[in-house]
Amino acid sequence: MSVQVEHLVRYAPGSTRRLLNDVSLDVPTGAFVALVGPSGAGKTTLLRAIAGLDTFEQGALLLDGQTMGSMRDRARKIGFVFQNYALFPHMTVAKNIAFGLDVLPRSERPSRSAIAARVQKLLDLMQIPDAGPSYPMRLSGGQRQRVALARALATGPKLLLLDEPFGALDPIVRRSIRTWLKALHERLGLTTILVTHDQDEAVEIADRIVVMQHGQIVQDATPEELNRNPQTAFVMEFLGEAPSFNGIVRDGLMVPDEAGLLPFPVDASVSPGAVTAMLRPYEIQVCRPDECSAQGQVVSLLAEGARNGYRHYRAQLAERSVPFCVPDCTENTVEIQASGLLDISRARLFRDGERCG
Amino acid sequence: MRKYSLWVLTWGLIVLVLLMPPAVVVAEALKNGLAPALASLSDPDGLAAIWLTLEVTVVSVVANTIFGVLAAWVLTKYRFPGRSALLVLVELPLSISPVVSGLVWLLLFGAQGWWGPALEQAGIHIAFAVPGIMLATIFVTLPYVVRTLVPLMEQQGRDAEEAAMLAGAGFWNILWRVTLPGARVALFSGILLTTARAMGEFGAVSVVSGHIPGMTETMPLHIESLYNGYQTVAAFSMAALLAGMAMMAVLLRSAPEWLARWREKQA
Repeated sequence: MSVQVEHLVRYAPGSTRRLLNDVSLDVPTGAFVALVGPSGAGKTTLLRAIAGLDTFEQGALLLDGQTMGSMRDRARKIGFVFQNYALFPHMTVAKNIAFGLDVLPRSERPSRSAIAARVQKLLDLMQIPDAGPSYPMRLSGGQRQRVALARALATGPKLLLLDEPFGALDPIVRRSIRTWLKALHERLGLTTILVTHDQDEAVEIADRIVVMQHGQIVQDATPEELNRNPQTAFVMEFLGEAPSFNGIVRDGLMVPDEAGLLPFPVDASVSPGAVTAMLRPYEIQVCRPDECSAQGQVVSLLAEGARNGYRHYRAQLAERSVPFCVPDCTENTVEIQASGLLDISRARLFRDGERCG
Repeated sequence: MRKYSLWVLTWGLIVLVLLMPPAVVVAEALKNGLAPALASLSDPDGLAAIWLTLEVTVVSVVANTIFGVLAAWVLTKYRFPGRSALLVLVELPLSISPVVSGLVWLLLFGAQGWWGPALEQAGIHIAFAVPGIMLATIFVTLPYVVRTLVPLMEQQGRDAEEAAMLAGAGFWNILWRVTLPGARVALFSGILLTTARAMGEFGAVSVVSGHIPGMTETMPLHIESLYNGYQTVAAFSMAALLAGMAMMAVLLRSAPEWLARWREKQA
């Protein structure tokens, strides 16, 4: 099922504050889209509006090119997984999963044995084949998550909406259920929209990431594109650690304000004036004082050990310290000196929060 | 030492305030042995009082369960202007003296009341008749189901119902299969509280009933009549029966807990 959101506006109940401020989004059939952003950015509000759980004041919402008037039109076409699972505590796992089939009118309802078979198939798919007779209370968080997903899939929906589905899980379970969900999506080919505040999760799992802030979509791109070309300083920062350096562009050269940083040439399209340069810690390079032609005060560098395949350091600037890292592989024998100049020429430039070079 | 004295104090108070009164009632009833006590209960006026009490209790429990479920649903699932005022209003019968609520019904339906004469002409008797007793009891017991359901349903939130809605369930399916079973312990508790309260209601019923023996006397009213007529054994036998019925209802409240604990042990 494709989802088209056109200029959606939703006000906070009883006020003029906009929870969704002119949001437009186009999700083609079969896509896996992640909505990310800080709390209060409007991710869940948008997801609930798509599900029809909340109304909106302006704009249009098309599912498969059609507006959905009532809940009855959407029921069973949309699978929704809630943040806290929202399982029915008084029903067994099997009854929970079968719920959407059990409430069908008698004429459309599959036979009892057909429902049981479908439930068992879903339990197998979720890799919890024996959970059927247990009550949700008895299950672990990861298992409940799978039951919630199975219940959402039971009616054969065309669209799967997930609201922070991994929020309450511990990191190890989280990682495994994430990979498993990705595999499941590839298998079922279901249009999926996932809300998360964890950018790592989004990058790993989705093939498109929609970054939201203050009820608006800031950027909508593939994970690679988002990392290479963040549209705003917020996106740059949201996607991971991003040291920033203020400076001034003049004569095609960006001159950082702080000592210990090398000036670097910028694109001709960048107009002169104050800018902020931002880059990832692994994009910062160190230049030995005797090697680089530039003059300047050197800064001291502190080693902070190795993890995740990188050796981590901190560069001590005049008023703050900046993290950076180099790959920790055997070929890379570049010895970091106790002091040096920082080369930040791989930075993206921002002016007033917007990308300018 | 302090722990010990606290223990003694607690039990002393419980015995004095909670256990003594029913014990005295039973002792008074059985003063002349079991036979006279049982004989006094099978007196026609006594039997009529027991039947009327059961009728009134069943009607009020059914009415207030239906009303309570709907009111709790509306109060917890929707936000609307006047919601908090309604929450307070629901508790009104708890705070008003039952005698006053009885008087209100008289004022409306009595011979000198607003609608009394007109209804009387149509042949409908409410004051000094069974319908009046039922109305008064329903009013007095109205808050219990609502008040036990609201906090629980509030805490449950709407997630489970929204999940049911997206799975294609309609209003009744959601109410029957999701909301009520999820709140069943609170609902059960509220129903039993209503039962106990309806059986024992005196003040409001006393005002609207007119004390016609064998016709409009419920058990509490009948007990008073008997006692005032110096029929001590009969009065206390009836009182013991009433107290026993009410206590049963209250004890049943903890049944789900016991059941859950028992199931836990089995599992």
